[in-house]
Amino acid sequence: MAATLSNPTTVDAAASQAGPRPVRIALIGNPNSGKTSLFNQLTGLNQKVGNFPGVTVDRKTGVAQLTPGQRAEIIDLPGTYSLYPKSLDEKVITDLLYDKTADNYPDFVVVTVDASNLRRSLLLFTQLGDLGLPAVLALNMMDVAERHGVNIDLPALERELGVPIIPMNARNGIGIAALKIVMAQRLDAPPVRCWEPDEKLLPMVRQIRYYFDLHNDYLALHYAQQYRQISFLSADDKAHIQELTQQYGFDATAQQAAETIARYARINEILLETVTVTRTEQREPVSNRIDRVLTHRVGGYLIFLGILFLLFQAIFAWAQYPMDWIDQGISALSATIQDNFHGPLIRLLTEGVLAGLGGVLIFVPQIALLFGFLAVLEETGYMARVTFLMDKLMRPFGLSGKSVVPLISGLACAVPAIMGARTIESWKDRMITIFVTPLMSCSARIPVYTVLVALVVPDRAAWGIFNLRGVALMGLYLLGLFSALGSAWALKKVLKARERSYFIMEFPVYQWPRWKNVGLTIYQKVQAFVLQAGKVIVAISVLLWVLASYGPGQQQETAEAQVRRAAPAQRWDDAEVSRRVASARLESSYAGKFGHLIEPAIRPLGYDWKIGIALLTSFAAREVFVGTISTIYSVGQDADMGTLQQKLSAERDANGQPFFTPARAFSLLVFYVFAMQCMSTLAVTYRETKSWRWPVAQLVYMTGLAYAAAFVVYQVLA
Amino acid sequence: MALFRRSAPKPVATANARRSAQDLRVGEAGTICCLEDPEMALKLLEMGCVPGVQVRLSGRAPLGDPLMLVLGDQEYTLSVRASEAATIMLKE
Repeated sequence: MAATLSNPTTVDAAASQAGPRPVRIALIGNPNSGKTSLFNQLTGLNQKVGNFPGVTVDRKTGVAQLTPGQRAEIIDLPGTYSLYPKSLDEKVITDLLYDKTADNYPDFVVVTVDASNLRRSLLLFTQLGDLGLPAVLALNMMDVAERHGVNIDLPALERELGVPIIPMNARNGIGIAALKIVMAQRLDAPPVRCWEPDEKLLPMVRQIRYYFDLHNDYLALHYAQQYRQISFLSADDKAHIQELTQQYGFDATAQQAAETIARYARINEILLETVTVTRTEQREPVSNRIDRVLTHRVGGYLIFLGILFLLFQAIFAWAQYPMDWIDQGISALSATIQDNFHGPLIRLLTEGVLAGLGGVLIFVPQIALLFGFLAVLEETGYMARVTFLMDKLMRPFGLSGKSVVPLISGLACAVPAIMGARTIESWKDRMITIFVTPLMSCSARIPVYTVLVALVVPDRAAWGIFNLRGVALMGLYLLGLFSALGSAWALKKVLKARERSYFIMEFPVYQWPRWKNVGLTIYQKVQAFVLQAGKVIVAISVLLWVLASYGPGQQQETAEAQVRRAAPAQRWDDAEVSRRVASARLESSYAGKFGHLIEPAIRPLGYDWKIGIALLTSFAAREVFVGTISTIYSVGQDADMGTLQQKLSAERDANGQPFFTPARAFSLLVFYVFAMQCMSTLAVTYRETKSWRWPVAQLVYMTGLAYAAAFVVYQVLA
Repeated sequence: MALFRRSAPKPVATANARRSAQDLRVGEAGTICCLEDPEMALKLLEMGCVPGVQVRLSGRAPLGDPLMLVLGDQEYTLSVRASEAATIMLKE
């Protein structure tokens, strides 16, 4: 019992059965072999299933109830074609399977195999079997295979491969029950070896095997192939293997190619005896016919542009209605509270918490639409076609077609987008993609854009069909896109390539999106936004309200008295007096002092100390900006001032003119297009590049660019 | 290793020059004979581009690159760049 307690995920199961720790099972298979669907069916744990190869970029775990009394820990691994990793996400697998002493080494593996594409799927399976891992073969997509007229002699195939085979259809859950029964049994390593290292390799392989005390020759061969990338080997271990490979003149590339070909030869023999294909009709698959339209030389791009346009239309036009309801609802609630209750705590609630919270909730419709849209594109398999269409266009900028997916996901959020860049094999392409992705306008910028654009751009039709505000927003997004491409191009000139970039990718077959998955994605993303961003925003709003409502010593009172004394001479009416009093009090508050401190640095951009406060608070996360300004401009105002929009247009400069002129608003907008104001993005860049150089470079470069661009915009327009 | 022809000086394009998957016309098919580039070959082999398998060029991206190759009798589609397809040599 004590031993199992060290692993928190197993405590529960161990307690219920009072036996040894639950079995640990890894799911492994080709991309698009239905592995993630199977994971969802087994664990019931909701996570994203995508159709783009490699959407499962990280290892995910869940618990499956195999029988009423037995649970198993399931590890979902990224899709791969072989055990020789070609990209970072595939390396997750070898890291797990090479070290038998590791904490989370699986007891056995479930290999998902696409029954309609047996030959290629079996390559990975035979490698796993030869590593000596107990395995179950989940023969997925039986329905597709049957439609193609593929008949598989299951008992014969079981004999040839030496493992249990479960025919199934993970998408609708057929075969899951049978698989669970097999998984509940203790399995031995398959007795059949499909391929073994050549006689000539054995002297070297055996030395590695005995040195590291490995359980079979094939694993030792993998050490010889990949020792440079195995993370748990020490420098000495690596040096030892390197010495051996040199001593025996080991040609890794040639050996790997020979092995793959030998495996295919053996697989062909097996399939010849176990599979018969009865083609009923030779008809072109539907997917190919769809491709002819969606990747057409003109039509393909037009459709892609149309889809992007639809996306913007949805975010900026259709989302407006629910957003207005939320905005008005929050203002009404705030006004009702202020009408009926009084006191500093009520003001904290309405001016601090509610104003900040409203700033978060209002963007839920836009974020839901954006993530939903991207999920549908991924689910249907269209994303893979987009990379195909865009590859040639992206290459002059030092990016590959695969960079398009992170860049488009960057419109939602740079954090998952940067993680998605793991599927890019070439180091240089990947670094450039990671570096420029935060320049794509993410959903956290939507609040800033929407508020400021609405302030200075009239709500008018332009050229008949477009809305002028929509055009302005599209322009901001394009500015982000072009700056990303330009930066990529510049970086391409600076960075040196470590290896060749290649673009070999399988096209997933088109399929209808599973709406349940799309719904779950939307739900998870919105929840994360409201809870995580919301917590920070509300906390900062409350803190800000305190800082903006109170000042050092008697300074606020002095400032107020000054205004009141000057009032009769200046002939201000009551409204003007109370406005000036509020402004004077804010200016002499703690927040005001702080804003004044940094004002000299931002004055050339057209900003005053109030915006300065917002810039500072939104450094951690840019969506805080709107919450901050709505708190700052609410302090001391009557609640019936109405929505944030009205508060901002009521703001006056020293001469009584509207403060938010087009020059100021556009300068701010451009600043937010470029500036790196997101702690999470910096953290994920650090994690993905394993170096502080990249996040620091991103921060300096983007913030510098933002300052310079905002300066130019303000000086030109003002 | 008969698999690789370590690409020595590029053969001058003559009428009877060996053809690669890159030279296929859309809709045309050929049989893979060998793979020219050892490193690229590893990835191509894993994806099923094994000597003896049939490839059909089912289309090109609008700008002529990448290509869509349909592999074998089990009909699945790979997307490869023209430069990568050029390393897939076809039988006469």
